[in-house]
Amino acid sequence: MQLTLWTYEGPPHVGAMRIATAMEGVHYVLHAPQGDTYADLLFTMIERRSKRPPVTYTTFQARDLGGDTAELFKNAVRDAYARFQPQALLVGASCTAELIQDDPGGLARALNLPVPVVALELPSYQKKENWGAAETFYQVVRAFAGSSVPPPGTPRPERPAGARPRCNVLGPAALGFRHRDDVVEITRLLVQLGIDVNVVAPLGATPADIARLGDAEFNVVLYPEIAGQAAAWLARSFGQKATKSVPIGIGATRDFINEVAALAGVDPSAVLAGSPSRLPWYSRSVDSNYLTGKRVFVFGDATHAVAAARVAREEMGFTVVGLGTYSREFAREVREAAKLYDVEPLISDDYLEIEARIAAAQPELVLGTQMERHIAKRLGIACAVISAPVHVQDFPARYSPVMGFEGANVLFDAWIHPLMMGLEEHLIGMFRGDFEFHDDAAPSHLGHAAQARPEPRPEPEPVAAAAGSLVWAPEAEKEVGKIPFFVRGKARRNTEKFALAQGLATITVDTLYDAKAHYGR
Amino acid sequence: MSTATTSLSATAISGCGDAPVLRERGQREVFCGLTGIIWLHRKIQDAFFLVVGSRTCAHLIQSAAGVMIFAEPRFATAIIDERDLAGIADCNDELDRVVDQLLARRPEIRLLFLVGSCPSEVIKLDLSRAAERLSATHMPQVRVLNYSGSGIETTFTQGEDACLASLVPILPREAPGASPNLLVVGALAEVVEDQLRRLLEGLGIEGVQFMPPRSALALPAVGPNTRYLLAQPFLADTARALEARGATRLPAPFPLGAEGTTAWLQAAANAWGVSPERFDAVTQAPLDRARRALARHREELAGKSVFFFPDSQLEIPLARFLAREMDMRLVEVGTPYLHRQHLAEELALLPAGTALSEGQDVDRQLDRARTAHPDIVVCGLGLANPLEAEGISTKWSIELLFTPIQGYDQAADLAELFARPLNRRLRLKV
Ligand code: SF4
Ligand code: SF4
Repeated sequence: MQLTLWTYEGPPHVGAMRIATAMEGVHYVLHAPQGDTYADLLFTMIERRSKRPPVTYTTFQARDLGGDTAELFKNAVRDAYARFQPQALLVGASCTAELIQDDPGGLARALNLPVPVVALELPSYQKKENWGAAETFYQVVRAFAGSSVPPPGTPRPERPAGARPRCNVLGPAALGFRHRDDVVEITRLLVQLGIDVNVVAPLGATPADIARLGDAEFNVVLYPEIAGQAAAWLARSFGQKATKSVPIGIGATRDFINEVAALAGVDPSAVLAGSPSRLPWYSRSVDSNYLTGKRVFVFGDATHAVAAARVAREEMGFTVVGLGTYSREFAREVREAAKLYDVEPLISDDYLEIEARIAAAQPELVLGTQMERHIAKRLGIACAVISAPVHVQDFPARYSPVMGFEGANVLFDAWIHPLMMGLEEHLIGMFRGDFEFHDDAAPSHLGHAAQARPEPRPEPEPVAAAAGSLVWAPEAEKEVGKIPFFVRGKARRNTEKFALAQGLATITVDTLYDAKAHYGR
Repeated sequence: MSTATTSLSATAISGCGDAPVLRERGQREVFCGLTGIIWLHRKIQDAFFLVVGSRTCAHLIQSAAGVMIFAEPRFATAIIDERDLAGIADCNDELDRVVDQLLARRPEIRLLFLVGSCPSEVIKLDLSRAAERLSATHMPQVRVLNYSGSGIETTFTQGEDACLASLVPILPREAPGASPNLLVVGALAEVVEDQLRRLLEGLGIEGVQFMPPRSALALPAVGPNTRYLLAQPFLADTARALEARGATRLPAPFPLGAEGTTAWLQAAANAWGVSPERFDAVTQAPLDRARRALARHREELAGKSVFFFPDSQLEIPLARFLAREMDMRLVEVGTPYLHRQHLAEELALLPAGTALSEGQDVDRQLDRARTAHPDIVVCGLGLANPLEAEGISTKWSIELLFTPIQGYDQAADLAELFARPLNRRLRLKV
């Protein structure tokens, strides 16, 4: 048993719903009790989809358990087929139905419906949402593309002379962070490179589209969390290579263009020369000087977290002070990346642990999920969302990809917006007694509502608590209070560290400034 | 699933003449009882709700709560994992460990509810024994109770019923020979509680107690001299438990709308022998105020049609309010369960011929709603946007649990919840 306050991922059948809902022409019959229908709201409320997810729940009750829940399931499949006339059915169990072991796959097949049935076995007590999405997509790909797999060892057919290279774009799903817009941006980029998109999947794909996946020469894997497993099978079955770079940020987008161009055998130079993003210039413009060395803590799914850390350091000039992910399946990638920034990787889905780590790192900006948005709010730190899980406001009405060149523009805006403007930061430093430039003032462009004092936050445990003996002299305490809040925690911590190292018992105003001189910035 | 289990029974309903009740047993698009934790944990401020369940249960609560408003809420889930199921770990030992961990973190907690879920029930984890054991360990600091919020046993608001019913056995016994005392049962917003208390005191009924209490240390006393008024229509088990303690229910409609509030207060007034003059003196001014405030909304709502999907069990009292005070037309009033005794007064007030349905087959009900094309549909969160996209205005039923809607001074707020979506549709030219 694990004590859980908030969960980063839903159960694996929610991952399956993300695939079913993204696709066209499939229907998912889920053996589940009524409460599990809450999952519909993820799609209709959070993602604001205008249609119900294509999911039928059996909603068995306690009184059915003694009787025939299997019959109930079969009726639900039959009714769902009759009503929705899907081209294929997905069937499976949620956590509760897994315990009653009704074998949804066998029951559904026994009905001899005239459409394929994909049976999903998603161990709810072991796995989570992203795994469920990946497994479902993989099963769907195998089920529909399996019959066109050539015998092992068959070489890929040569591209007919004059034909444009073709690829699939894999991974975008329902409820994904900016998937909808990323697909548009990346498709545009591929077209510019002279590459045709064969199939985008699962988003918008029918079972018939999935059956055509083998026609492409290679696969663009936008979200390895969802499409990695299917892409590996496609590589084995059709000899299709898959992209490794995820085009988030300028550098990664350029890497991606080079990689795709090599796979397709096209010349990327024109597209690279174009590089139509404002991020490089905006980052170099003098106004951005104040961004230098801002401490950022990055947390999210592995793909977005690793990508964001690179953008933060190389393209914004920040300092990465924390990097982590909630997806254990991708812990290795995050551990590798953490070495680049010389930070201890945080692999955890324990909200309280993550909160403690963020508090201890004292970042000036948190790049995270909606969970970290709340942590940051509580700690009074600026935050931008970079990864699922997200809330309704992270499905913006405007076009806002995070991939490709336009995606880089979006990142620049989204991450800079929550921070203090450069001059404003100085003004607060200079006029901290001013009633409007007071200590806890929020960035002025965020309006008055945002100026409410942050909720009372637990001051991060002073380093001294361990030593027990260190005290702040009243004047030093007063002086540290004059430091703007967004650097106060760091100043306090550094001073205490410094005092301990010096073997001091009392921190005076001089200790404070000695520490400042010692650590500099 | 659907056709075979749908039946029309010609049971007569008093106010509705011979209106049949459509009983359906298909897919139910309703949350489970765990949902109640979202409001209950705000209500009883020193209580903590520990769901013993799966990741699904944890995900349900956080998704239904919408935004995570509270950095550290007073609820959590002990997620059962494969080690527990495979018997590698003993579920009871694991639970004890999790509870220790939790209580160490939250020393201010006085009352801990272990909340059962579908998985805990299917694996037959005995939470009542666990609660006894944990109480023995943690009393007097923390008392541990248990109830089921599982989706195989409970629907949405029934979770509150199960929670309150679990509290009844620990309510202190009223003093021997106590004079008659009034208990108001069902979670209400504090502002509503305070208003109702003032009105009841105005009628001369002193020492009114509310359940659930705001603190686990302020449990109301109960006994044969307790008369109780239900403030919510979904409290069947709680009522039964109170009666087992000797309390007597004062039958009444629910305090929704001006008329409902008056009738509800009247039930108490009758039991306490309050004179009609005094009743009028106390209620007339707020009643007039409520009527004035409602008049504005009636202009917008009168003649409009409303269709209730079954969700909160508030449907029948709401339908009564909308039909009688707002002159709306009732197309279909669905409820997950029809508790005839508790709703007898409400049913009597419904317009004759109201189409009632109990249970659900969501796809068939959607068909009926599309055919009827009502002006507004009251439904759960999963259905609202798809219906809006089809051109039908909706009101989320869960909002009715999170908003103060009972009593005179909230009557217009209640009407406004229905008027706003219609008004919005009129404004929008896009
Ligand atoms: S229906 Fe059952 S399994 Fe689903 S969330 Fe509710 S209690 Fe948990
Ligand atoms: S039906 Fe009768 S016994 Fe049951 S709760 Fe209502 S009044 Fe009490």
